[in-house]
Amino acid sequence: MQLKFEVLNNTLVVLLNGELDHHSAEEVREEIDKKIESQNIKNLVFDLTNMRFMDSSGIGVVIGRYKKINKLGGKVGVANLNPHVDKIFQMAGIYKIICKFDTKEEALANL
Amino acid sequence: MSFENYMKIEFLSKSQNESFARVVVASFVSQLDPTIEELADIKTAVSEAVTNSIIHGYDKQNEKVYLECRIIGNTIEITVEDFGKGIDDVDLARQPLYTSKPELERSGMGFTVMETFMDRIIVESEKGKGTRIKMIKKLKTAKNKE
Repeated sequence: MQLKFEVLNNTLVVLLNGELDHHSAEEVREEIDKKIESQNIKNLVFDLTNMRFMDSSGIGVVIGRYKKINKLGGKVGVANLNPHVDKIFQMAGIYKIICKFDTKEEALANL
Repeated sequence: MSFENYMKIEFLSKSQNESFARVVVASFVSQLDPTIEELADIKTAVSEAVTNSIIHGYDKQNEKVYLECRIIGNTIEITVEDFGKGIDDVDLARQPLYTSKPELERSGMGFTVMETFMDRIIVESEKGKGTRIKMIKKLKTAKNKE
């Protein structure tokens, strides 16, 4: 899994490139948390344009980051989901706490 | 005559093998011409079962996980088996959001994913002996080849 970061105002955008499973989850979690802690971040957007696979490990990663961001008074969004990832998030009821957007720009404008 | 095929592999319970296992199954199943959605469902279910064997069955030890696939007509049967510590309470483990390892930031959705994405899941587990998960899915678009 490759991660690309972008900080716009107080929002951290993470572009995930690859497959998110139990194996890659730890590294993803650590890298995002490091950014959140070091860069005065409020909101977080997961840009999933290039995420080719995700299993339930991804739910844990997103909910874990939500807990962190929520404590900081911010919001979490996901953008550019493929139907499969959408299905998993829906099953987990994740949209009760996290906003879904069609594009990264829409997420940035509305968080 | 209905189409039948079979394969079995074994691999170490290393997390690197989670992606290996789902790619193997996807390749094997591709002979049935599944849709992209069916293939994604199967890969995800395999990933969950194999991850369970690695995290829960064997914990931090490196032991063998066995993966078996059988094609019978349009139906794929996938079995993931470990000889690890077994599940204390299978009914509890299958509950959505239940996890025996909350410290790992696991979602507790593994069995729910398997149940949602496959038609049927059979879990056999014995404490101290291991766990066998059998997952069955009938492919809607599959060609029934000779």
